[in-house]
Amino acid sequence: MTLASIIEPYVGKTGGLISALHAVQKEHGFLPEDTEAVAADVFNLTRAEVKGVISFYHDFKRAPQGETVVRVCAAEACQATGGRALVAALEKKFALKMGDTSASKDLTLEPVYCLGLCSCAPSAMVGDRLVARANADKIGAVVEKTKKERAS
Amino acid sequence: MTALTLYLPLDSAAVALGADELADALVREADKRKLDLKIVRTGSRGMHWLEPLVEVEKDGKRIGYGPVDEGDTASLLDAVMGDGKHEKSVGAVEEIPFFKNQTRLIFGRCGVIDPLSVEDYEKHGGNAGLDKALKMDSAAICEEVFESGLRGRGGAGFPAGIKWRTVAGAEADQKYIVVNADEGDSGTFADRMIMEGDPFILIEGMTIAGVAVGATEGYIYLRSEYPVAARVLNDAIADARKAGLLGENVRGSGKAFDIEVFIGAGAYICGEETSLLNSLEGKRGEVRSKPPLPALEGLFGKPTLVHNVISLCSVPAILEKGAKFYRDYGMGKSTGTMPFQIAGNVKHGGLYETAFGLKLRELVEDIGGGTLNGRPVRAVQIGGPLGAYLSPRLFDLEMDYETMAANGAGVGHGGIVIYDDSVNLLEQARYAFEFCVEESCGKCTPCRVGSVRGVEIMDRIKEGVEHGKNVDVLEDLCELMVDGSLCAMGGMTPIPVQSAVKHFPEDFGIKPAKQAAE
Ligand SMILES: Cc1cc2nc3c(=O)[nH]c(=O)nc-3n(C[C@H](O)[C@H](O)[C@H](O)COP(=O)(O)O)c2cc1C
Ligand code: SF4
Ligand code: FES
Repeated sequence: MTLASIIEPYVGKTGGLISALHAVQKEHGFLPEDTEAVAADVFNLTRAEVKGVISFYHDFKRAPQGETVVRVCAAEACQATGGRALVAALEKKFALKMGDTSASKDLTLEPVYCLGLCSCAPSAMVGDRLVARANADKIGAVVEKTKKERAS
Repeated sequence: MTALTLYLPLDSAAVALGADELADALVREADKRKLDLKIVRTGSRGMHWLEPLVEVEKDGKRIGYGPVDEGDTASLLDAVMGDGKHEKSVGAVEEIPFFKNQTRLIFGRCGVIDPLSVEDYEKHGGNAGLDKALKMDSAAICEEVFESGLRGRGGAGFPAGIKWRTVAGAEADQKYIVVNADEGDSGTFADRMIMEGDPFILIEGMTIAGVAVGATEGYIYLRSEYPVAARVLNDAIADARKAGLLGENVRGSGKAFDIEVFIGAGAYICGEETSLLNSLEGKRGEVRSKPPLPALEGLFGKPTLVHNVISLCSVPAILEKGAKFYRDYGMGKSTGTMPFQIAGNVKHGGLYETAFGLKLRELVEDIGGGTLNGRPVRAVQIGGPLGAYLSPRLFDLEMDYETMAANGAGVGHGGIVIYDDSVNLLEQARYAFEFCVEESCGKCTPCRVGSVRGVEIMDRIKEGVEHGKNVDVLEDLCELMVDGSLCAMGGMTPIPVQSAVKHFPEDFGIKPAKQAAE
């Protein structure tokens, strides 16, 4: 599917540009460079306007992400249950800093601010899998499982 | 084949603790036994330390087992098919004190019914409020809400009835209902739980609001971190259309109302209502200056009723049972019930719906059971990242809007995050600034730049660099942010900071002189 054909169905919809960007990202895993120009054209906006929207939201990524994205909650309820130590342990385990993607592009580690799992913290999301009462081993196991599923 | 029905939550918290894998394992085990197993995926009861909580109906009561893991499947099926005894049995779920002592005006069905069954919803009292509303004129509905004393549950606590009157009174060719389901506050998950566990109550509340103020279109602005809620809501809306609850002719009343779900893109500030409206228009989520009020010029410049999920979910009971019934719960100007969310380092974390007026101590110690690891509670933060840090010295305060405000705190969206004695409040205060750096919309300087300065100052205080001077600078900075910020993001970031300094001065290297005088 071309970028234009992904984006076009959202013209005229409420908040269409944001939904269109979500759709592009779902298809490509990030927003390819042309997204800005194509979306501007399709929505009849300036490139600056589209760029302004893309840069405003945490969800929108302008560079390819790792095949598996591990999002670790960095907010208060998770801090109260060892979240800071969990982040340190994951950075060590995956030899990655928060916000970075591995050179082989297999993994991205990034913070997220609350997953609504604050009563069973700390929490994380591996791909689209939620993990509560998380620790580095548990997250590692889910990462392995996710990788295996993709391979098969 | 013998048949068996089990109830197991589809709620994100249960799923994050293994509910989906458990469901698969139960089906495999049942197949082995040639057992005709039906698993009804419900919402969560809110006792998250028991999740995944499996329930089975026996003699008209739901008996629970939890937390159940995949390894328990064989013994669990033995138990429920036999005498019911199992080491993970928790007995009748509704007899557990945590559950039994609640007043569930909103969450009554959550965890009980199949969230995607209109039939279940109505069998358990659903749509009674809507049916009453459809027989009333719009002014009378607004008055009922006004008389109930309901205040917005999103954080600000503004009287709902006043907003309803304003939107109802505005002349326009189009008006909107917008649900704020951005639920960005850490320590909160009530919106998520009700959307996942009883979506029709939100649809009912929105429809009543639409009828009352004359809006035919509703949007649910849902944060992207809630994929389960997105799925449930979209399915529920489709079912509601089929059942004639939404569409051109709601329940045969001749009135039109329909709903769409919009997924946000990861920005805490988009929980602020004017930022949310910009985002819903597909723009950057920058905060708008008020006035104009969204009630008069909101989405696409049209009169818009913006409400938090829980505010709207409170409405069906108000219409069904009347304003007086609702107002009789709570204390003073804090009427009705609030789903408190007990989170962080806590033994019995989860959702506890009760009338306003409970003491903080009851929530933290009696209901929450203290910390998970058994260490002493040292601090709680109430009302999300912009909420105050309080020490146990203040645990006798009542949880209602006025008492909290009088003590420099706020109920917010009802989240309580508990910390043990290993917490360092300077770190927490620094984080409050960091979060503001990360999430500021950038429109005004005190917030955008002040938060960056705040982080630097915290580091200097921590390192003892010109300590006294930096403590003073911190105070000035906080004052500047309070006075000069356009919205509460910058305006309230000083609350966690200054409450931390006030109640835990020792963590900032400040002699607790004031404390002694208190
Ligand atoms: C920074 C900021 C974040 C907010 N986040 C939320 C939120 O996530 N959910 C919410 O309902 N209200 C949030 N609010 C409050 C809204 O601006 C608004 O008061 C609320 O949606 C009105 O609905 P209510 O009257 O039902 O509370 C936030 C406010 C600010 C300043
Ligand atoms: S206070 Fe912060 S978030 Fe609010 S409008 Fe100003 S810059 Fe934006
Ligand atoms: S604070 Fe981490 S899940 Fe809510």
